[in-house]
Amino acid sequence: MLVFERARIVQGDFSMAADFAVPEGARVAVIGPSGAGKSTLLAAVAGFIPLTEGRILWEGQNLAPLAPGARPLSILFQDQNLFPHLTVLQNVGLGLRPDLRLDREQQAQVAAALERVGLDGLGARRPAQLSGGQQGRVALARALLRARPLLLLDEPFAALGPALKAEMLDLVAEIAAETASTVLMVSHEPADARRFAPLSVLVADGRAEPPLPTGALLDNPPPALAAYLGQ
Amino acid sequence: MKRSLIALALVATPVAAQDRPVLTVYTYDSFTAEWGPGPQVETAFEAICECDLRLIAAGDGAELLSRLRLEGEQTEADIVLGLDTNLTAAAAETGLFTNHALGERDYDLPVIWDDPMFVPYDWGYFAFVYDKTRLPEPPASFEALAASDISIVIQDPRASTPGLGLLLWVKAAYPDRAGEIWEALADNILTVTPGWTEAYALFIEGEADMVLSYTTSPAYHLIAEGDDSKAAASFTEGHYLQVEVAARLASTDEPDLADRFLAFMVSEEFQKVIPETNWMYPAVTPPGGLPAGFDTLITPERALIYPAGEAALIRGEALAEWQTALSR
Amino acid sequence: MADRAVALSGRFGTALGLAVAGLVLCLTLGTLAAVAWRAEAASGLGPADWAAVRFTLLQAALSATISVVLAVPVARAFARRRFRGRSVLIALLGAPFILPVIVAVLGLLAVFGRSGLLNDALRAVGLPEVSIYGLQGVLVAHVFFNLPLATRLILQGWAAIPAERFRLAASLGLGAGEVGRFLERPMLRAVLPGAWVAVFVVCLTSFAVALTLGGGPAATTVELAIYQAFRFDFDLSRAALLAAVQFALCLAAGGLAARVARPAGFGAGLDRPADRWDGASGWLKAQDVGVIALVSVFLLLPLALVLLRGVPQVGALPGSVWAAAVRSVAVALASTALCVALALPLAIAATGRGGRWIEAAGMLGLATSSLVLGTGLFLLLRPWVRPGDLALPVTVLVNAVMALPFVLRALLPALRDLQAGYGRLSASLGLQGFARLRLLTLPRLRAPLGFGAGLAAALSMGDLGVIALFADQGTETLPLQLYRLMGAYRMDDAAGAAVLLLGLSLGLFWVFDRGGRGHAGL
Repeated sequence: MLVFERARIVQGDFSMAADFAVPEGARVAVIGPSGAGKSTLLAAVAGFIPLTEGRILWEGQNLAPLAPGARPLSILFQDQNLFPHLTVLQNVGLGLRPDLRLDREQQAQVAAALERVGLDGLGARRPAQLSGGQQGRVALARALLRARPLLLLDEPFAALGPALKAEMLDLVAEIAAETASTVLMVSHEPADARRFAPLSVLVADGRAEPPLPTGALLDNPPPALAAYLGQ
Repeated sequence: MKRSLIALALVATPVAAQDRPVLTVYTYDSFTAEWGPGPQVETAFEAICECDLRLIAAGDGAELLSRLRLEGEQTEADIVLGLDTNLTAAAAETGLFTNHALGERDYDLPVIWDDPMFVPYDWGYFAFVYDKTRLPEPPASFEALAASDISIVIQDPRASTPGLGLLLWVKAAYPDRAGEIWEALADNILTVTPGWTEAYALFIEGEADMVLSYTTSPAYHLIAEGDDSKAAASFTEGHYLQVEVAARLASTDEPDLADRFLAFMVSEEFQKVIPETNWMYPAVTPPGGLPAGFDTLITPERALIYPAGEAALIRGEALAEWQTALSR
Repeated sequence: MADRAVALSGRFGTALGLAVAGLVLCLTLGTLAAVAWRAEAASGLGPADWAAVRFTLLQAALSATISVVLAVPVARAFARRRFRGRSVLIALLGAPFILPVIVAVLGLLAVFGRSGLLNDALRAVGLPEVSIYGLQGVLVAHVFFNLPLATRLILQGWAAIPAERFRLAASLGLGAGEVGRFLERPMLRAVLPGAWVAVFVVCLTSFAVALTLGGGPAATTVELAIYQAFRFDFDLSRAALLAAVQFALCLAAGGLAARVARPAGFGAGLDRPADRWDGASGWLKAQDVGVIALVSVFLLLPLALVLLRGVPQVGALPGSVWAAAVRSVAVALASTALCVALALPLAIAATGRGGRWIEAAGMLGLATSSLVLGTGLFLLLRPWVRPGDLALPVTVLVNAVMALPFVLRALLPALRDLQAGYGRLSASLGLQGFARLRLLTLPRLRAPLGFGAGLAAALSMGDLGVIALFADQGTETLPLQLYRLMGAYRMDDAAGAAVLLLGLSLGLFWVFDRGGRGHAGL
């Protein structure tokens, strides 16, 4: 279980509070108006932004003392998910060992992960030689290998077309199910949220609300969300 | 990285002969060069001394003295070779040197030499050197030079031995009018270089009509290059004399060997090397005389020189005159 | 970046960086203190010293401003154009910066001197001659030396703008003017102050140029005054005082630049080669071609004349010159390795907390008088070792510290971009320590590292080397032998040695720089 315990983030005149729990294995969309702090919430979980007050706990353990790389999670950013000078194989291999000293078995794991995301044979390429969707798959393959119980998606597929994005989200859902991961996904698209996430967290007016069933929330939005959805 | 540093340190450690005594001589850079007197001197002395002669180059004459002052009595030098008469007063004042044991000797110098501490090994006159093909009628005095539109390159007296020589030359020739002479020369001075090397290079490249150097400079071009176009202009005021000397350190642990080296220095073996490597006059003319070509050089009628103590006293005043005149 | 978690350096890296900064402090301020400590009586600065300070500031400020202003169009022309031999030309244009002063001055005189090409041409058409002696000569020489440095620093700024931004600009139909306004001007704002200070400080510590071409005692620099205090008066306290003034001036300049510079914030790209669409017009093309041609003539003609004069002599050089050449190459390689080993942790630490101070410590080498450094080191080491035994290691160390500021300048912008672009990703992957160095930092810094190493090697080659105080038998470097040849009237041999030196310096620079820019797979 991921618990936000009276957590508060203050940055200049921006402030956001969160006090709720996310059940283990849940897939949760983080929705809300632009600039409300959706990415900030994920960055706090990932360890890039310190909490001003409160705690974030995973399975009862306070995350605060852990460096970003040591936290039980993988994160996919909007962009810059890959190192441009490393090959696809190397980028994925970083998920197993950050020093890339992979043994034979680990190399096989990397190959299997690439095959799993549909990129077999492309391991020697560099990111600039891949399409946007393929780049996303590389990052997913790496998350798969890292096998952390928590997966944070900060709109990594925002640049993809609807069909491709749906395909990627399905892939994430499959992988999450296989690895029993808990997923937090920032989304702008109600349709994506409905398709992917049974639960949604609304971030608006300086607060991240406790997760509610996505369908109910979108069908019957509170005023802040309604304004954002244009209803 | 570490390994290469160690390797370099090993390379830097000379392979000294263990059983023979070592005589360490600090001297100026050009003395030790492959084409300088150093290699021949070293071979000749080691053939007779049963010792290891180590010639260590430490900049120019003034830098030699600075190094000795920094090292004080802990210096490993037994002999310092390459001071000149403008530095001997300051050198004697340090108390680091001791009298030599050569006794009174006859030197072929234009002045009488009876210094108990410093032994001369060569000498020369400062002079303006020119190219006969570019300047058919050189000036015959400072005043004629100042009145002409001939360009000269000189050296900074604070950074160069010839530069200081020129400063004292003008002062000795015109004790009361030195500032005036410098003011008159100001428009002839193309530039002032930090050292002899830069000045002479500018002259060779044709930048100036004359350069401050030595009366012996044309001998190099004549003997080594077969080029007789260079000459030194003879000035009626007389020419300032530079005498290069060596002395024994009081702290030496090889006093006898050091004295033997000083005696060797004024012997034929050493002296005959000087003219065609250091391009100066030997302090004791070798029995075979000077090399052919030296007879073509000018011989000034008057040798100007301040006694050691006086040069040190007068240089502050002379420098101030020089700076004032040339800073305008 | 406020959060420490994404800082490039781990605790170990920071400690290493601090240790290097400490070493540099010891070698610079520490040696200065040693000299001051040894001084017998305190003495003040006289009017002549203050005149030297004023002249130094004047010529350094003018030289830096002219160099940087001229370097902008040159760097822009190179950034906009792709042609055969471009990289070779860029490497060649760096040559003046790495030449021993006297060689470069002779090259300049062959063009601008009284009997140089320019005045020959002016005479031929009946125009009045120009004189290179005086302040204008100092400026011409300093621009000649430092234009290449300024150009390279600014060119790096252009190279750091990701190709994606130019693509975006092209897609928006931005012309040269708009690209200048939205992309180039912010980049210049970030890069120019640093470049200006680098040139300013190089000129601040200039020694032989100012005096050789300066015309007279009015053109005395602080560095020369330090030398004179040592040599003429043996006044250590005045030398130390002057060196302290020199430090203060350099620090003030550095502080000023740090206030003026603004990070450009271009973010990271995907390493696509930068194609440029904004310079397609014929007028801009002609302008760039003209600029490149002009600067090539200005920088390469003097070198060509040095080559022309010396090439026939190379074969006949005395054996000791070749021995010195081998020694110089060995010293250059060792000091390059040392310099890079010092620069990397320093640069990494300088991107973290208190980075400005660590960076300032690394730049101190620029402000240091090599004479004070040598003397201080001599005083510090003498109680423990025989100085002559350390001649070459000391040369290696001093050359490395003197080149450190340039390598640091080359690394820092790239390192800051690296942190901005990939700091979070590598933190989230737990990429740290040596793995991070090996997989991220070194490969991403390959180009600036290669450039920096090339610069360090070439600077070490061109350095006069063995400080006179540490000199011993058989420790002469090539530039010192060159001086000795000239000092023994052997101008022809010296010309040959200059060609050898030029060839070796450029060769080393080219090999390292080329190695850095070789980009596999793209």
